[in-house]
Amino acid sequence: MKKLNFKSAKVGDRLPNLIINSVSRKSLAIYSKASGDHNPIHINLDFAKQTGLNDVIAHGMLIMGYLGRVLTDNINQHNILEYGVRFLSVANIGDVLSCSGSVADIIKSDSQRKIRINLKVENQHNEKKITGYSIINIS
Amino acid sequence: MLNRSLINKKYPPVIFDVQKQRIIFFAKATGQTDPVYFDESKAKGKGFPSLLAPPTFLTAVVYEQDNPYEYLNDLSIDLGRILHAGQTYKYHRPFFAGDVITMNSQIVDMYDKKNGSLQFLEFESIYTNQKKLLVAQSLSTLVVK
Repeated sequence: MKKLNFKSAKVGDRLPNLIINSVSRKSLAIYSKASGDHNPIHINLDFAKQTGLNDVIAHGMLIMGYLGRVLTDNINQHNILEYGVRFLSVANIGDVLSCSGSVADIIKSDSQRKIRINLKVENQHNEKKITGYSIINIS
Repeated sequence: MLNRSLINKKYPPVIFDVQKQRIIFFAKATGQTDPVYFDESKAKGKGFPSLLAPPTFLTAVVYEQDNPYEYLNDLSIDLGRILHAGQTYKYHRPFFAGDVITMNSQIVDMYDKKNGSLQFLEFESIYTNQKKLLVAQSLSTLVVK
């Protein structure tokens, strides 16, 4: 798989956007099994309603997994040194997610050249679901 | 208020035997496109011993125990009150199908915001492989509604 080369990366360079079309009950059920996270808030409507929600909500870690593909679709994984996110609001059934990233900083030290990529996930209403960052080795 | 005496509490190690099928299932569930995550011959062609575990696959280790929510008993709170607020990974070396990962976790911080209406809990986890080499570290932030 062809990956990007960041040797001449500049602050502001964008990675290809990834669109998730869309969050479904089936995708939550599959992710529950794949991850082992069987928290009923993601799969059981009655439980979700008991906690005051209108419907089940997506696993934050599923959305982090989707956003991580902005990295792994374009960057060899061994160059990913850090990947972190903050979950700002929950993703709901039917959300269409736009996952994006851009170069925020070029970090030069004696031993390694690295870049910082800022990441985010927004839904079709431009509501921010996640912000995140990654540190990539480009030596 | 959360019981701050639980800060530094360590939880028993969780051991995760990384199976090929599990990596494939996780890669498909998150829509991974690079075959190093689901086609072993392609992974070996890259010089890997087997399928590569994707960056957030470490989350599956957390649930490989009888009660992944033991800390909720310690805190006397219900599962429905917990939301995931943040997650950070630092990666030291990749791991693959066939590896055995051990996770050691502890509560490292508790604090509140908005005059105590939101309470936060931070877990740090250290992941090592069967050669006792450091694979990754994570920091998980949970919020109690």
